[in-house]
Amino acid sequence: MTATATPPSPSPTPAITDTLPDDRPAPIGERRKLSSRILGLWAWVVYLWLFAPILVIIAFSFNKPTGKFNTAWKQFTLDNWAHPFDKPEYKDALITSLQVAAVSVLIATVIGGLMALAQSKYEFKGKGLVNVIVILPLTTPEIVMGSSLFTLFFARNVGFGFTTIVIAHVLFCVSFVALTVQARMRGFDWGLEDAAMDLGSSPLRTFWTVTFPLILPGIAAAALLSFALSIDDYIITSFVAGDATTTFPMQIFNANKVEIPPQVQVLATMILLFTLGLMAIGAWRTIKKAATT
Amino acid sequence: MAGTSNTSLRKGRKGTYALLSPGLLWLILFFLVPMGTLLKIALSTKPDPWLPNYTFDWRWSNFSDAVSRFDTQLYRSFGYAAIATVLCIAIGYPLAYFLAFRAGKWRSVLLGLVMVPFFTSFLIRTLAWKTILGRQGPTIWFIRELHLTGVTDFLHLTSNGAFLGTPQAVIGGLTYNFVAFMILPIYVSLEKIDINLLDAARDLYDVPANAFRKIILPLSLPGVFAGTLLTFIPAAGDYINANLLGNANTSMIGSQIDKLFLSESNYPAAAALSFIFMAIITAGVLLYAKVLGTEELAA
Repeated sequence: MTATATPPSPSPTPAITDTLPDDRPAPIGERRKLSSRILGLWAWVVYLWLFAPILVIIAFSFNKPTGKFNTAWKQFTLDNWAHPFDKPEYKDALITSLQVAAVSVLIATVIGGLMALAQSKYEFKGKGLVNVIVILPLTTPEIVMGSSLFTLFFARNVGFGFTTIVIAHVLFCVSFVALTVQARMRGFDWGLEDAAMDLGSSPLRTFWTVTFPLILPGIAAAALLSFALSIDDYIITSFVAGDATTTFPMQIFNANKVEIPPQVQVLATMILLFTLGLMAIGAWRTIKKAATT
Repeated sequence: MAGTSNTSLRKGRKGTYALLSPGLLWLILFFLVPMGTLLKIALSTKPDPWLPNYTFDWRWSNFSDAVSRFDTQLYRSFGYAAIATVLCIAIGYPLAYFLAFRAGKWRSVLLGLVMVPFFTSFLIRTLAWKTILGRQGPTIWFIRELHLTGVTDFLHLTSNGAFLGTPQAVIGGLTYNFVAFMILPIYVSLEKIDINLLDAARDLYDVPANAFRKIILPLSLPGVFAGTLLTFIPAAGDYINANLLGNANTSMIGSQIDKLFLSESNYPAAAALSFIFMAIITAGVLLYAKVLGTEELAA
């Protein structure tokens, strides 16, 4: 996949070449070619670095380890893929993570999306303050959010478990959703709503038939991002999970000094393929839409 | 431009606050209120070392105790995070530049590829680095086969021929895990630059380096600033990299807070340390926001 990172041709991209005047002195052109090559090479190196651990994870999902740690290469096998759910503690933890992510993303997308709608459509008192409150969780280290939620639940005698994890996950997702959707709505032509309503459409119907389809890509992107954040979170979750509930990252972290079975790599590859699939569907829909309009 | 009045904002009615209230309520109840609880516990005394109890008595000395007890880890966390952030800029800026100006028709695919590794579990990615850099891993084998151990030790890439258990490994892990948060904002700010402006800059300055320094770099600084916040803050608070790739001498502030809360149940000391850490970061962020405005941070 990283093969696409190379710009093999020494000439710059067409868009830039088109705008270059023909009487450009040669040395600068030469220098530009050289800098293009160095940048292209750098991109190769960075992509190799970015993907090295991913390739290791995928490769080790096909490894047959000798001990409890699937960290040294021994032998190729398809066994792990044939039995991805053989380790019940990892399977259960992954199911918990998926449930947490599903509930949290749903709540965060709805309430975050509504906030973004209010923020980008209306001018109102206290808008600046609301902006600050939305941004604050993103500039607060996870360890502080986790520990403050822990103190709140502890002080109020709230039982730690699934609900407290969902509360925490909605919290760190809702700001991401609000900001992502808000960014997508910037410059949205609210006159379209007026046009629909002038033609006799009710406000609610206008929202569902005019506004919502237009902001849907932004909402979908925000939901996908929230899903990735939720399913991957360790630090905040470890503070609010309690003893009885274990998410997938928690299970890996707690067990990594004891064992790393190959199922870990198999499940990680599955999660990667799943999110890649979602991204691909999104990209395909955008392309299709662009082709039909 | 015709029709600009259509894109201008509406005057809010009661409905606006109805749209805002669920999200705002969540943020107030589970972000602002817990910060209050954290502060209250940070000012409390733990009367019995064996019980997780505490009594609130304005005990300000918790803060100075926390600083004097964990100053090493505080310095270390900010130091590691600062180095990792600088490395993220050094690695991410040229890549973002390449994506914005030289990637041509591959641009959106390559941009998507930057995100792909970050859809794999953070922990498993870091464990994979442990495999790559470990004693039986390919990198150490390669260095040993080429008899370069002395060279890498001299360059401080390894210590005693090992990658793992060193500050370098921890900083490397932090850089890897947060670099996407640097690449994307820089890319966004570079991509906004008008292509005609680039041509004008090229015509104006004979040396391309000058065109870059005088035109492109200043215009991309908001992206660098945003990226700095997005990498520095999580890197300073992270302890997974330090835990998996480092040793006892690389432990960061996050693992101390975690240990005080969840192993020692010393809530006042833990809360005080957590609060100080947040206060330092918030002061830094406010300084940034004052310079840039919140709109820039949100973008």
